[in-house]
Amino acid sequence: MNSHFPANFRSWLNLPLILIATIVLSGCLGEDSSWHGKDIQGLMPELAFELTGTSGETVTASDLDGQIRLLFFGFTSCPDVCPTTLQKLSQAIKAMPPELQSQTQTLFVSVDPQRDTPERLARYVDFFDKRIVGLTGNEPELRELAKRYRTTFGYDEPDADGNYAVSHSSAVYVFDRDGKARLLLRPDLSTDEIRQDLIALARENS
Amino acid sequence: MSIIDYVAPYDFSALTVLSYMLVLAFYGYGVLRMPEGDRPGTGRTMTFILGVMLCYGVMQTRFDYYSQYMFFVHRGQHLILHHLGPFLIALSNPLPVMRFWYDRISPGLKGALQPVGFVYRGLQQPLIASALFVGLIYFWLWPPIHFDAMLSRNLYWIMNWSMLLDGLLFWWLIFDPRSPALSSSLGYGKRMLILALVAIPQMILGAIIVFSRGMVYDVYEVCGRAWPMEPATDQLIGGLITWIPPAMMSILGILIILRRAMHEDGKYSTRSTSIKVTTS
Repeated sequence: MNSHFPANFRSWLNLPLILIATIVLSGCLGEDSSWHGKDIQGLMPELAFELTGTSGETVTASDLDGQIRLLFFGFTSCPDVCPTTLQKLSQAIKAMPPELQSQTQTLFVSVDPQRDTPERLARYVDFFDKRIVGLTGNEPELRELAKRYRTTFGYDEPDADGNYAVSHSSAVYVFDRDGKARLLLRPDLSTDEIRQDLIALARENS
Repeated sequence: MSIIDYVAPYDFSALTVLSYMLVLAFYGYGVLRMPEGDRPGTGRTMTFILGVMLCYGVMQTRFDYYSQYMFFVHRGQHLILHHLGPFLIALSNPLPVMRFWYDRISPGLKGALQPVGFVYRGLQQPLIASALFVGLIYFWLWPPIHFDAMLSRNLYWIMNWSMLLDGLLFWWLIFDPRSPALSSSLGYGKRMLILALVAIPQMILGAIIVFSRGMVYDVYEVCGRAWPMEPATDQLIGGLITWIPPAMMSILGILIILRRAMHEDGKYSTRSTSIKVTTS
């Protein structure tokens, strides 16, 4: 009994070690990229939606094929996250080489269809950049799109004036020309880091 | 929202629904058709069904939605999938039902299932089972892995299923109804030792999450919460759920095994006589 115990024990010891090594390695591989944003290649489905544009027209993902697309969920009454993010995105895009700017498209999806009419949405996105595409839809359509990208939104109770806060994703989803999900830009990234990522992505397969 | 919205799956998975239906159907058929003497009592049957339905509930109802967008609900989901559900299922002792079906499968299928049995016996080695039980919790809570698992639908399903299957393996090893004096099942001392052993790393992990000043799991921040809640509060409650209930379940498990060991004390003399022979 005692004679083969150490041999057994050693082989048992190996397993946790292999497990730990796997965890550490996969952790490293996940971070192993030159992107500032989070690499989400293969984690999410490709870009697909059918929503309403700012002139009331139907816009689908294929209408914008061949461009780098930045998808962002928000609402026009948003006090902090949305204006900051849209400002950052438009600055980053304006700082790109001119030929790449026209191939990069920001999509702002309002998840507050009750207040954000297409007209109101149009005024809002134009304030940041004429090239931003404002999109909205009815709540089930928006829920479906949010679910597809593993995010959600919720409404607070309205105050006396009927104003209410909307909780939504604070990240920007970046899709490449083929519509594949590539990067997740966290809100703490700087304008310059976003610019570098977008240039690298635009040059990659142009 | 109507009741149907709460009961219906948030993210429907045909494979998951089918698996649960098959488990309940096989169990129900076995219980009804087996000889009176072997049949588990009402209490045991209810315990089994409760365990199964708890796991189903956290996977295929509105609960799953909150698990995806709140860290503390996610910890509650894993508490049920990895601990409470399998704990109840193993405790209900479905062995007679498993025997009932085992006697009815053809010899050819039994031969084909041999590799499964081999893998099963490997996974049920005490050290491997303990390492796997704790390792999986650490693996899915490793921040970069956790981030990916919450972003990818496939990884999310793999995560939840791996937790459930490992929970079933582990608690079955602990609550194996066959007495170690009469079968090759694990000795009661070793079972209690394992329960105490796996509690410690879980308590450490829970405490690390509870006492972390910064955001450890920012994916819930990035992807939006189900309702506006202070992120630090969410993480704190999630850490407490990782820390306290699993430790309590280890102690509960030890008490149950201790009771069984005391009941069997002096009942079977096979082991003690063999020891006497070797020492004399």
